[in-house]
Amino acid sequence: MAHIHVDIVSAEGAIYSGDAAMVFAPAKLGDIGIAPRHAPLLTSLRPGEIRVQPVEGGDEETFFVSGGMIEVQPNRVIVLADTALRAHDLDEAAALEAKRRAEEALRDQKGEVDLATAQAELIEAAAILQAIQKLRKRS
Amino acid sequence: MAVGKEIRTKIKSVKNTQKITKAMEMVSASKMRKTQDRMEMSRPYAQRIRRVISHISQANPDYKHPFLHEREVKRIGAIIITTDRGLCGGLNTQLFRRVITELKGWQEQDVEIDLCLIGQKGVSFFRRLGMNIVAQTTHLGDTPHVADLIGTVKIMLDAYGEGRIDRLFLMFNDFVNTMTQQPHIETLLPVEPMDDSQLQDHWDYIYEPGARELLDGVLMRYIEARVYRGALENIASEQAARMVAMKAATDNAGEIINQLQLVYNKARQAAITQEISEIVGGAAAV
Repeated sequence: MAHIHVDIVSAEGAIYSGDAAMVFAPAKLGDIGIAPRHAPLLTSLRPGEIRVQPVEGGDEETFFVSGGMIEVQPNRVIVLADTALRAHDLDEAAALEAKRRAEEALRDQKGEVDLATAQAELIEAAAILQAIQKLRKRS
Repeated sequence: MAVGKEIRTKIKSVKNTQKITKAMEMVSASKMRKTQDRMEMSRPYAQRIRRVISHISQANPDYKHPFLHEREVKRIGAIIITTDRGLCGGLNTQLFRRVITELKGWQEQDVEIDLCLIGQKGVSFFRRLGMNIVAQTTHLGDTPHVADLIGTVKIMLDAYGEGRIDRLFLMFNDFVNTMTQQPHIETLLPVEPMDDSQLQDHWDYIYEPGARELLDGVLMRYIEARVYRGALENIASEQAARMVAMKAATDNAGEIINQLQLVYNKARQAAITQEISEIVGGAAAV
């Protein structure tokens, strides 16, 4: 029986690799079923389930993906899965967050200088204390 | 016996320090191995996504995505990955030295620089230098996730897309092996042309929705995957450097203990000799 080789990989690791009789994936423009000798196709995925039908029959394996890409060749399917939920707004929020951190840190610069002075003073005080203790012991 | 009480206390304290450095060494060794595994696991994704990009750009030679297009450099961006914590030898210093040389080269050509920092050490260092920092992410931990990097990377990608920067670099410590970590600088944008010679299987793809929209998403993920890899490399380097530094510290502590022990023994022997000679002298006088 004809079969297709399926690889599901994400940036943080390989998730699945094996042969299948058929694969179902949630493509951007609607769910697709991929049988062996499918026409070459490249499309993005919505968050959803990828179902892999094993060659020998039996239970389907399902994988949840939060989006990504799928590349189909006649005897090969490669799923490039996202590890995180992606949406334009979410990405935007993450970007703003990183920027805010930089700006906040810049504003806090004075705070850090104060911290450095405080630390220096603390070290000095500790040294003085130690000296006093030593003197006490000797007397 | 009161002899050498200070020395004994000192030996004890050095021994305690040695225990700590020894433990840190072993922790780093195990963390390093784990990070190496993660690096191995991220490889297939990067390879695949790169091939997809080659396919698309080959299939649409007329369409040039801005990320693939080289332009005159007036302002550059740099994503610099450093460690969050210290006690890892000269790892960060070594990277800073290399980065500063590189950035100075650009500054001499009147090119302005935007920095995007990952890691606490880099943040403190470049802030002190008064560089222009546009984004920062710290405390990724030992197991970074792509999700933690998305925001930081997006700022730079947007800046590039809008023409605010004309080139984007990624700088981190490359993990060569346990003993060697090298500062590494690579160009993220524009994405350098790929070697298309090994692309034998040229398929005429159906693109859904369209090649351009897809290319956008693929390129973004590709850059993110590379930054993620850089972060992993840097963590592996950090652990390796810490392991080596802590091993040296443990050895040094051992040496100090030996020396102190010698001094202590000598003092003890001198005290005993003195006591005996006092007794003998006293007996003779009787």
